[in-house]
Amino acid sequence: MRWLRGTGEAQIPRRLPASQLQQKIERHSSGFAEFMRRISGEESRIAEAKLRVASDEKLCILDLGQTSPINIPFFAQRGIRLYNEDILRAFREKTYMVQEEGGIERLDVAKFFEENFAYNEGQFDAILCWDIADYLPEPVVKPMIEKVHQMLKPGGTMLAFFHTKDAGPDAPYFRYNIERHDTLELVQGPSFRLQRVFNNRHVENLFKSFASLKFFLGRDQVREVLVVR
Amino acid sequence: MWKSRPEDKPISPNAVQPAFTPPPTTHSTVALKESPKSSDPFRADVAHIGKSVLIKGELSGSEDLYLDGEVEGSIDLCEHSLVIGPNGRIRASIAARELVLHGRVEGNVHATERVELKKSSTLMGDVSTQRIVIEDGAFFKGAIDIPKEPKNEVRKAAASAPAHVSTPAAVSLAPQGSFLEQK
Repeated sequence: MRWLRGTGEAQIPRRLPASQLQQKIERHSSGFAEFMRRISGEESRIAEAKLRVASDEKLCILDLGQTSPINIPFFAQRGIRLYNEDILRAFREKTYMVQEEGGIERLDVAKFFEENFAYNEGQFDAILCWDIADYLPEPVVKPMIEKVHQMLKPGGTMLAFFHTKDAGPDAPYFRYNIERHDTLELVQGPSFRLQRVFNNRHVENLFKSFASLKFFLGRDQVREVLVVR
Repeated sequence: MWKSRPEDKPISPNAVQPAFTPPPTTHSTVALKESPKSSDPFRADVAHIGKSVLIKGELSGSEDLYLDGEVEGSIDLCEHSLVIGPNGRIRASIAARELVLHGRVEGNVHATERVELKKSSTLMGDVSTQRIVIEDGAFFKGAIDIPKEPKNEVRKAAASAPAHVSTPAAVSLAPQGSFLEQK
């Protein structure tokens, strides 16, 4: 049950069978469809504003997942200003562990946020969090959600996925490619270990500072959550 | 045993050959060969900077450049293409017509035509370009902005296009419109 409590390291390499490598799964996503509906609503608001006054305002979206050759053009070609920050990779490339007296290691959360998430308050209309919260080290999760709350505009949307208790610690990490406005393609990503499973109450507590929270239950072992600031 | 076919016969150098009219597919082959010209780093007209070179300051030029070394400062190639090799380590803002990145860049990129991020590449900075190609495995941290061309320019381009060019082809030169415009 250690994996339920989480570990300090986000990445623990493990061997995957060859059949699972580069595995691609197509998945209908009601949460993403709702996310896109909200984005389209924002797009029309901005388009109307542009008709009234000459403005260069653009919709700003932050993608916290792995760099995707599909997602970036998907949004960029729609005139959306897309930001990409692969948070899990930040942990893979650099250690934020510091050694305290007595040889105890702890995660330097302040240092992590100095080097990552350097955005202004209310900068984004929407944030795609995917399922990274399940793979992040425990001390980072809550501060990250607080940071996300700050970075979103009032009324801004965030889409996050959470594994259900049926997903074991060896649940593979997937990159979510956007196929269509309601369909995602899951591509096997690098080896990250699932750190914990949030139940519904945990998820509600995590997003208690947000104005609204909507759950979408899928047939697989992932719950989709759409939160609005 | 086998009948020799006329095309198998050796051609004498003095024989008069009919004018060669390439089949339609040949055109596309030639076009394909020519299209990656700008990304071919070993062309004679491409300037090279090797992997042991370190430049601090402003790097500017008016020819295509293959850069495999280190640069700190700024790179300005205006209307020319820049290929950053796998050993390239750039801490600079980049302005070029086209950027093909195999190595690492920390800085903002402004490419008037396109940016191509190869699978080994790392780009940390904001990108402004008309087209972007990202290979699986590339790492990007920053913002991507695809500015729209002013509608007047698009209309002018369509108007000045030769008569045989159909309207859809002319329109395809412009960046894709917004999600709403497509509806």
